[in-house]
Amino acid sequence: MKADLFEALKLNIAAHKACAVVTDIETGSQSFIGADTRIGDLTLKEEQLSVVNQLIVGDVSGQIDGMSLFVRVYGPSLRLIIVGAVHIAQALAPMAQLAGFKVTVIDPREAFVRAGRLSEVEALTDWPDEGMRKLQPDSRTAVVTLTHDPKLDDPALAAALRSKAFYIGSLGSNRTHAKRLARLTEDGFSERDLDRIHGPVGLDIKAETPSEIAVSILGEIVATRRRSVT
Amino acid sequence: MHNVDADPLDRLAEWHAAGKKTALATVIKTWGSSPRPVGSHLAVSEDGDFAGSVSGGCIEGSVIEAALATIASGQPVQLEFGVTNDMAWEVGIACGGKVQVYVESIS
Repeated sequence: MKADLFEALKLNIAAHKACAVVTDIETGSQSFIGADTRIGDLTLKEEQLSVVNQLIVGDVSGQIDGMSLFVRVYGPSLRLIIVGAVHIAQALAPMAQLAGFKVTVIDPREAFVRAGRLSEVEALTDWPDEGMRKLQPDSRTAVVTLTHDPKLDDPALAAALRSKAFYIGSLGSNRTHAKRLARLTEDGFSERDLDRIHGPVGLDIKAETPSEIAVSILGEIVATRRRSVT
Repeated sequence: MHNVDADPLDRLAEWHAAGKKTALATVIKTWGSSPRPVGSHLAVSEDGDFAGSVSGGCIEGSVIEAALATIASGQPVQLEFGVTNDMAWEVGIACGGKVQVYVESIS
């Protein structure tokens, strides 16, 4: 890989932009295909380029064209939005970062954000509806609410339900969750909308501590994503 | 907290910025139950430092050797590891899968 190609790849990954490197594995010639950059010594035919673009959209790497071309797709990062800088968030945020998620915590209670020791995580002290408007969750975003407080959780859940977020989870007991669903139904959400919310949140691994609950939530997020792409 | 999966390219960039010669190995095809999916990277520096993985640790030694040769020659190579390969007795994949790895230098 030529240095200029590697440089372009690095810049695109840092900017969370989807891109691909296409290599002729017999000759070693190679091209970088970004949203607005195309460099390299491998010339692609129109139809090959269209296949590459399909792979980029699907975030799938593989060989094409009788196996002679290898396409390595670099998808944009997955994102996790956590509402509530609570104890569980202190564990969930770094775990999700290790797993490749770009994590943002929203909590208007600055004392919680400070106490959460989230120095390596982007934290917004906006109200959740405002924070969600800024972050614009998409189909590569997971949203988890952890505050138990309807005035913080509900607006975030409403915004998540109106987005294409691939995972929505909400902490709370069965009873809390039932009340939450009743409130959201009053707000006009259908049963089908509400089925998107994982609540009580997380896989049933009998988690007790904040870090164990974080494992169960991250496990459920990964399971949801992998099920939806296969 | 650092994204473990993005680590090989980050380390490669660091080595490259420090003026070191480097190579990148990438899984380009898998058969059966191979431990790392297509696209997985292993980055190698001229010092033999490495980051990332192309298997669960079974074939990394051989891939690093090949990467050092590629760093020296500048020539990319394709490697194949699996149960049917002679190499399997030395470094084969415990789970019985098969992988094809492409090794290239960064120049």
